[in-house]
Amino acid sequence: MDRVTRDMNLRADVVLLDLSHDRVVEIGFLHGARLIRRLAGAVACLTVPLVAGCTGPLSTLDPAGPAAAAVARLWWAMLAGAGLIFALVMICLLLAYRRRTRARGSVGTWVVGLGLVFPTTTLTLLLGYAVLTGERLLPHPGEEVLRLDGTARQWTWSFHYPDGGPAIPDGGPLVIPVGRPVDIHVTSEDVIHSFWIPRLGGKIDALPGHVNVIRLQASEPGRFGAQCAEFCGLGHTQMFFWVDAVPEENFRQRTEAWR
Amino acid sequence: MNEPNRPASPVELHHELTRIWGAHPGFGQLAAVNHTTLGRRFIVTAFLFFAVGGILAMLVRAQIATSHSAFVGPEIYNQIFTMHGTVMMFLFAIPMFEGFAIYLLPKMLGTRDLAFPRAGAYGYWCYLFGGSILLLALAMGAAPDAGWFMYTPLSSKPFSPGINADVWLIGITFVEISALSAAVEVLVSILLVRAPGMSLDRMPIFAWYMLVVAVMILVGFPPLILGSILLEVERAFGWALFDPARGGDSLLWQHLFWIFGHPEVYIIFLPAAGMVSTIIPVMAGRELLGYRWVVLAAISVGFLSFGLWVHHMFAVGIPHLALAFFSAASMLVAIPTGVQIFAWLGTLMSGRPRFNVPMLFLCGFFFIFVLGGLTGVMVAVVPFDLQVHDTHFVVAHLHYVLVGGFVFPIMAAAYYWLPHLTGRQPMFQLGHAVFWLVFIGFNLTFFLMHLTGLLGMPRRIWTYPESYGWDWLNLLSSIGGFVMTIGFALFVLDIVLQMRFGPKTGRNPWGADTLEWATPVPPTDYGFASIPIVTSHRQLAEDPDLPRKLAAGEGLLGFARRNWLETIAVDMITGAPRQILLLPGRTFLPLGTALATGLFFVSLLLQVYPLAIAGIVLTIAVFWLWTRHPARTADLGPLPVGDGTMLPVHTESGHAPSWWAVVFLLLADAALFGSLLFGLIFLWVVAPGWPPPEVLFNSTAFALIAMACLAGAAGLGRLALRAARRGAVGWALVWNRFLAAAHAATLLLLAAILTTAPDPTAHAYAGVTAAILVYILVHAAVGLILALHVWQACRRGHVSAARSLDLMIGRLWHDYTAVAGVIGLGTILGVAAAIGQPGAG
Repeated sequence: MDRVTRDMNLRADVVLLDLSHDRVVEIGFLHGARLIRRLAGAVACLTVPLVAGCTGPLSTLDPAGPAAAAVARLWWAMLAGAGLIFALVMICLLLAYRRRTRARGSVGTWVVGLGLVFPTTTLTLLLGYAVLTGERLLPHPGEEVLRLDGTARQWTWSFHYPDGGPAIPDGGPLVIPVGRPVDIHVTSEDVIHSFWIPRLGGKIDALPGHVNVIRLQASEPGRFGAQCAEFCGLGHTQMFFWVDAVPEENFRQRTEAWR
Repeated sequence: MNEPNRPASPVELHHELTRIWGAHPGFGQLAAVNHTTLGRRFIVTAFLFFAVGGILAMLVRAQIATSHSAFVGPEIYNQIFTMHGTVMMFLFAIPMFEGFAIYLLPKMLGTRDLAFPRAGAYGYWCYLFGGSILLLALAMGAAPDAGWFMYTPLSSKPFSPGINADVWLIGITFVEISALSAAVEVLVSILLVRAPGMSLDRMPIFAWYMLVVAVMILVGFPPLILGSILLEVERAFGWALFDPARGGDSLLWQHLFWIFGHPEVYIIFLPAAGMVSTIIPVMAGRELLGYRWVVLAAISVGFLSFGLWVHHMFAVGIPHLALAFFSAASMLVAIPTGVQIFAWLGTLMSGRPRFNVPMLFLCGFFFIFVLGGLTGVMVAVVPFDLQVHDTHFVVAHLHYVLVGGFVFPIMAAAYYWLPHLTGRQPMFQLGHAVFWLVFIGFNLTFFLMHLTGLLGMPRRIWTYPESYGWDWLNLLSSIGGFVMTIGFALFVLDIVLQMRFGPKTGRNPWGADTLEWATPVPPTDYGFASIPIVTSHRQLAEDPDLPRKLAAGEGLLGFARRNWLETIAVDMITGAPRQILLLPGRTFLPLGTALATGLFFVSLLLQVYPLAIAGIVLTIAVFWLWTRHPARTADLGPLPVGDGTMLPVHTESGHAPSWWAVVFLLLADAALFGSLLFGLIFLWVVAPGWPPPEVLFNSTAFALIAMACLAGAAGLGRLALRAARRGAVGWALVWNRFLAAAHAATLLLLAAILTTAPDPTAHAYAGVTAAILVYILVHAAVGLILALHVWQACRRGHVSAARSLDLMIGRLWHDYTAVAGVIGLGTILGVAAAIGQPGAG
């Protein structure tokens, strides 16, 4: 636990450490719904045999933006559903060996009911939820949106703000304003790379000859990791940069400074 | 003299049949074509490759066990994980189930061998040689290192200049030959080579599953073969195909790869599901619940699996609505899978399941595979997939699916059928220890990996900083991996002990009702001393005395006639007996052909192209020798089969298995051609850098004449066949001569078009156009060779009104070539006209 404390994002570690001492209520600086969300996350992590927390610079379970938060919610919902279905199957298997009397081998119950109707219903609901979530995360047009162009090459990224802003030095850190949606237009000069800031949202591939767009937004200031997610050769592991989400006024100051 | 000599006793019959069907000892073993021998060889070889893949996995786990444990740099690490995936998918999983299918199917279907013993042997040698190329490259440090998915442009020449990528493309294509030949062999055998009376609805469930799998291989593998050929041509000769700077697109490779790659997952799962469906009813002591539903579910999985490949490509920038469609399709496939799972559970619940080692592994299968299926539904959800795609979450998911859905059922199958393979029982119940080590080790390794992935650990990184918090998860995963390895080592020990020291088992130790348990154990080379007549889908349960009767020669063909290897071919649907199948016996031809094919592939790899051409010529020459087996100068007429009825031999009765084999090969061929046309349209619509600077415009006349020649060849093939069937072999010879001339003319015309076509290295349009032309050219060349073969057969008197099989096969080929040629050339002309409009180019 000591090493964990040293390495981890401090705030969440306090939650976990205190959880292990049964003193959850005493953490004062996380409030209300956020506290409950964090706690739910932490408790879910506790279900794994050993505890280390769900945080980290690349953790998808420690969202810092609406897109990542929506996906994390999706994950916890699916985990709960999957847990129930898994339990159902295991109970059936156990019962097959435990019960004294044979069950009626009815095709209607087993094959049609459990095999056909049950998954169809569940999956339809899930698909609806998933498509709606995905639709909300798309880069719909809006006035506030900041555009950022990113070009990948082996094994670094270069970014610039096409709407008149300055270029960002290669290797970052990339600076984005808090609370404002950013559309990142990515492409590649050589092989395929993938642009991914796990704490803000999903990934998008950078393909030579194509431009792809992803909408991300930071809802809190902080420094987030960004890792190339598509295997791109010898330097794939090192193709990493930091993203600083800063309040709007700081963002202006920092980008002015580069001008 | 066609009247068979009834042997005096079962023992004498056994000796006679063994002499005819068996291979000689020593070097003679290399000439074995028997399915029992080949099945065993496939299984053992695949297991050796599994060990190699396992060692590579251990190296991966050692490398990333903690943030400090890296012992190699990315150069070697990239080779290790690329080879782990490649070996496990292509050299372990597919050959392993092929081995089981080859070993089991003829016995389950109550027949003596598969339809094409030599093709099976040829496939085995191709697999062995192709796999050896990959292992040799690994030993020399030149193994593929661009990932098992080989995405371009990383795998293209500028970014992978070494031989590594060529090893993958050429080695794997060599191995694919064995997958295709096994698929054709299995498909034709299931459809035609069964015990008389075994109608489709009496067929064992495993055969149904393999039927679906074989069709899936025939449709699913050609896109990858095409992609590999195109990428190798781009790498070796600089053709523009995938290069976005020259009108190509890296996405074309991804589509071709995953149109193969996703069905591949089900191609691996379905044979295992077939084994589960076979073993569970035996262990539950009742029939499979919902046999027809399960068959229908397997077929649905086969169909649906071709509609979900894009779920590997959610992050490449495809519009969300299209993604939603593929997301829905991906979830849809969970439904027939659910049908199967609950049919198995229902079978167990309504029976009295025994608890033994095979059942233990099947419980492990339920546990692991269901978890893998559930995470599979999760990654089918687009927004979630965009987070976990290319992270260790997906690594965990795919191992849950493939190890749960393949390795555990295979181990259940191994323990279930080992008494059949070895004729012995297990000794010390080591199987329980094997199970718990593998099961606990597996879950320790991969369950935690879900969390590792959610914490953001991407795939294919060779090290990571301590500050990311992944150390403890990875360390536990690595420990789990080693526990699992100990389990597999114990498995090997258990099997060796059983083979050497296990007490002899009686027939049918599990009380199964499928016919493979009616053979002697361990099985003889001929399988059944006589062929059963099937009247029920639980033949063995209803007639427990069947094995003795068959051994005594009381079934069909219970005799040794003229040193022939005989079995019976039936009507596809009803199972009514139709033909006597005369099979080829031990021969070195498959080995020789595979060596010649190997010469071709190795020369390509080393870029010694004259030698590669020599390899092709040699391969064709050796294949030519294959045709000597069925060739006869006089009709045999109908022959007795032993129950008073007479049947014609297959070469004299029309639609023989080899005719069907060509039909199914052409299905695969059409899948390849379709992929090629898809490539052209796809690039046109999606790729950057279109329209091309130059189009094929000045060869319209040549192209039209070539189409006419191909159509003419098809017509002449029909005329020749009609003449031969009338008995007018002289006329067949005449038409066949014109047919050869038509193909030769097509060859010249296509060569002329190719020389004036735009430079294939300049733009992908020219590259794909040239590829289509070469495709038609190759087909015309094969048509010419077939015409020459028929010419020789007519001259030597091998053709008669009854013996016109060669001409029937020729007609199929010429028809297909004409259709493909007209479509291909028509597409080229159409695209050229559409692009070449003034102002557009």
